Amino acid sequence: MLSALLIMTGIALVLGAALGYAAIRFKVEGDPLVEKIDAILPQTQCGQCSYPGCKPYAEAIAKGEADINQCPPGGEEGIRKLADLLGREFKPLSEEHGVEKPKSVALIDEQTCIGCTLCIQACPVDAIVGAAKQMHTVVEPLCTGCELCLAPCPVDCITMVQIPDTVQTWKWKYPVIELRKSA
Amino acid sequence: MIARLFNFHGGVKPDAHKNESANAPIQPAPMPSRLVVPLRQSTRATARCIVSPGQHVLKGERIGDPEGTLGTAVHAPTSGTVVEFGLHPLAHPSGLNTRCVVIEPDGEDRWVERHPFDYHTATREQALAQLRDCGIVGLGGATFPSHVKLGRGSGIDTLILNGAECEPWITCDDRLMRERAADILAGASILRELIGARRLVVGIEDNKPEAIAAMQAAAGGIEGDVAVVAVPSLYPAGGEKQLIRVLTGVEIPYGKLGAEFGVQCFNVGTAHAVYRALAHGEPLISRVLTLTGNVSRPGNYEVLIGTPISHLLALCAPKPDTDRTLMGGPMMGFALPRLDVPVVKGTNCIISASPTLFPPPQPEQPCIRCGECARACPAELQPFELYWFSRALNFGKAQEYNLFDCIECGCCSYVCPSHIPLVDYYRFAKSEIWAREREKSAADQARDRFEFRNYRQEREKEEKAAKLAAKAAETRAKMADKGAAEEAPANADADPKKALIAAALARAKAQKEAAPVRNTEALSPETEKEIAEIDARRIKAALIDPATPAGDTPSERSPESTS
Amino acid sequence: MIHSPYIRKPASVQRVMLNVLLALTPGIAAYVWQIGAGILVNLAIASVTAVAAEVLMLSLRRRPVMLAATDLSAIVTAWLIALAFPSIVPWWLTVFAVLVAIVAVKHLYGGLGQNPFNPAMAAYCTMIVAYPSLMSQWPAAGTVSFDTQLQLILGGLREIDAVTGATALDALRTGLRGDANVGTLLQTAPFGLFGGRGWEWIAGGYLLGGLFLLLTRTITWHLPTGFLAGLALTSGVLWLFHPDQFASPMFHLASGGAMLAAFFIVTDPVSGATTPRGKLIFAAGIGLIAYLIRAFGAYPEGIAFAVLLMNICVPLIDMKTQPAVFGHRGGRQS
Repeated sequence: MLSALLIMTGIALVLGAALGYAAIRFKVEGDPLVEKIDAILPQTQCGQCSYPGCKPYAEAIAKGEADINQCPPGGEEGIRKLADLLGREFKPLSEEHGVEKPKSVALIDEQTCIGCTLCIQACPVDAIVGAAKQMHTVVEPLCTGCELCLAPCPVDCITMVQIPDTVQTWKWKYPVIELRKSA
Repeated sequence: MIARLFNFHGGVKPDAHKNESANAPIQPAPMPSRLVVPLRQSTRATARCIVSPGQHVLKGERIGDPEGTLGTAVHAPTSGTVVEFGLHPLAHPSGLNTRCVVIEPDGEDRWVERHPFDYHTATREQALAQLRDCGIVGLGGATFPSHVKLGRGSGIDTLILNGAECEPWITCDDRLMRERAADILAGASILRELIGARRLVVGIEDNKPEAIAAMQAAAGGIEGDVAVVAVPSLYPAGGEKQLIRVLTGVEIPYGKLGAEFGVQCFNVGTAHAVYRALAHGEPLISRVLTLTGNVSRPGNYEVLIGTPISHLLALCAPKPDTDRTLMGGPMMGFALPRLDVPVVKGTNCIISASPTLFPPPQPEQPCIRCGECARACPAELQPFELYWFSRALNFGKAQEYNLFDCIECGCCSYVCPSHIPLVDYYRFAKSEIWAREREKSAADQARDRFEFRNYRQEREKEEKAAKLAAKAAETRAKMADKGAAEEAPANADADPKKALIAAALARAKAQKEAAPVRNTEALSPETEKEIAEIDARRIKAALIDPATPAGDTPSERSPESTS
Repeated sequence: MIHSPYIRKPASVQRVMLNVLLALTPGIAAYVWQIGAGILVNLAIASVTAVAAEVLMLSLRRRPVMLAATDLSAIVTAWLIALAFPSIVPWWLTVFAVLVAIVAVKHLYGGLGQNPFNPAMAAYCTMIVAYPSLMSQWPAAGTVSFDTQLQLILGGLREIDAVTGATALDALRTGLRGDANVGTLLQTAPFGLFGGRGWEWIAGGYLLGGLFLLLTRTITWHLPTGFLAGLALTSGVLWLFHPDQFASPMFHLASGGAMLAAFFIVTDPVSGATTPRGKLIFAAGIGLIAYLIRAFGAYPEGIAFAVLLMNICVPLIDMKTQPAVFGHRGGRQS
């Protein structure tokens, strides 16, 4: 009886020491969770999640302040990845934060633009070039499609244009499984 | 000399179907009424259009300038008028549009002035530039720019000429070797010189004895170490990596160029085009292709780039039960989404397909892991594992199992007893991975730019503040000169606004000092006396501090009180 | 849209399974000749049950029934069960076993291609645990008439001891547990030239069928070789040291289910290892474990348990034995 107790206590001590050592030895530096969440977010910086950018949203998710379904550009796939990463249940995109749209870029109608620079100030990724009283234009490869430039424009000369498939970006489709189809 | 041949793992032996067209000599295809020349003629690069509609061009005149490192020039295939520069569908599984120059031939077929290029006197760079400007790309199908492939011109021992033509039905290289062996070998010896290789090895599948004989006969006229080698007919022996392995035993992994391993491989058609480009100054404006399949008149034709496929089909007369038209061979080609697409430099074969020749696939059954695909895979992959991972969208695992070493040769799908379209899964997974990588790099860029913008806004704010502070400090310094410095608050540095206000007050005070109170000046002695008396009374009444000089106004408050 | 390749080799799952069934026929013929035609009744019962279970499960799982029910994979499982079981087990035992194999081991895991365990061997293990006495009563060669066999299978005739004898493996095991030695035991009734009397002919039939499978490239050499080598080597080592206590490798190869297993059971592609090296390890592991159970375990035959144990190891074996990919191996470049 006594020896059993001693053995059990001994084992508890040894394991406890090992765990304690491991906790110190393999301590994770920094807060990689925020980085990991941020890596999943699409970096559109659109603020639709109600946070001022993707990083703040990532921080909010990490702290448990925000839910994982507030990012419309990330879409369902993004939510799935976040759910996987955080070990949470998948939930559909929250409607109050917007809907998933095909990827688009902003296009300034250069005839209408009055050169007010308001859109330049609104762009979160500095993808609009121009100067006061000069026509502005969107640098297409840099545009994330956040739509933040639409509202400030006093003459409504900015529209969102869906990016067309090109031979370079065209994707092979998922092969149709005959079994499923005929079932 | 080649001491022995090596073999590669796997491979399949589908019915060759070469006899249909192998005995038809190369004929020039008749001129179509319109040529649609895509500016995208080499992998990943589109040329820049340098002609405008209405302009008259001569045969061989440049219409597209090379752009980027992988760019090659594009030329007018015949003389005529440019009628349009716009988007037209490309011969590609997607059927998407690309920029094309549309030329209406004038029927004269008049050449631009051509100059043979003396590559003996020219530098290597000039010769490579000539190849680029003549639009020479790999004619085996991949359309990789030849001048890039020729590389730095050192460290390569063996130049391999690929005449294997392992895909069923295709005979264009076979005919080219039979009819133009000397030109091909002349081109090959130019390539050998440019690449600095010691020996030249031509690999031809042993099901083409006439081509082997013709090439061997022509090889006698070439100096140096030349060998024409018959390789066993086993698909995909004509795959570049497989042929290099068979002839030299060297294995080139995915993502590496042959140059790193001392070998480089060119298609026989490319060698022929190189010869025309350097010896005759002719840019690449036509190629030989095979028209075959379910047709009444199979044949091999020299076709101008930009000729619509529908125009060519009239030559071979497809039979009524033709249901699709394939570009390329049946193992790696694709069904054309439409027939008005033009011939490009990579087009080696047009096959009319019928349900009898190419039966629709049988219904897919579950994978039983029988391993047939692994035994057939020339890249020595485990195709069924890649299939499971791709199907489950587990792309990371698929890459771990070397998905990108897959050459999409189709052997696994060919042998699969469960009729699973395995290659479709790999194509899907690869394009999905590429798309994700593009998205990721776009996201990374957006993150960087967003962070930089935030940093910039922060910095601008700080700069503004610093400017204010500097201004305040400047003012204070001025005041200090006037002995008012001690009045500046101690915390002015930390609070530029306060400092500014303080400075403003100081200024006001200075102004006041500069503009003295009028009624204290030029007083009469009586009045002064009166004031002195009043002050004395005040002191007596202890109303004011005697130290305070008389006449000081209440504005003389300490600056602290303003805060 | 259909994509390349546009040509396919004429191959199908049916053809693979048909090859396996064809390859089993020499063994079955020898069985009928040596033991009696009762096995044919069992094969028929097993086949009918298997197809019925397959159709039932496919429709319950809402899968296309016709294609999958005609792929012959269920028949292969059924035949292997019938051949692995004593040919005089009552009909309900065969039905039960086939249901376990098809319903539980195959379809509950996702159907053809998805089952981690060999269905026939899982059914065998279930039955030998559930009905140990029925599963160890084998007809002795040439002693039981077809009528008696039929009665044993279909009727409730259970005067077992009168008509059955122990198998060679069983006799060897019980004999050695007593104080007999191998030399004297081999002179007794159940033993023939190499293995069990009569059974050695059946083993020969399986070997013939196995060679057919190798010739038609239905199976690769790795699995049978690995298994037979694993069995022969382990039994050989012990036999060399104690020929009185342990039977020879020849005896072990020719007895019990060794030949059936070598060419028809360890070669099941779905639940087995797939890489060349993996196949060797997998099959040799089965041979080793099967021998250990035969020599030291509680059952006279251990192949079924060995197969299941090695099935569990398949993902690990496959992962650790991935062959080098073209261009990625060091040293082989010349």
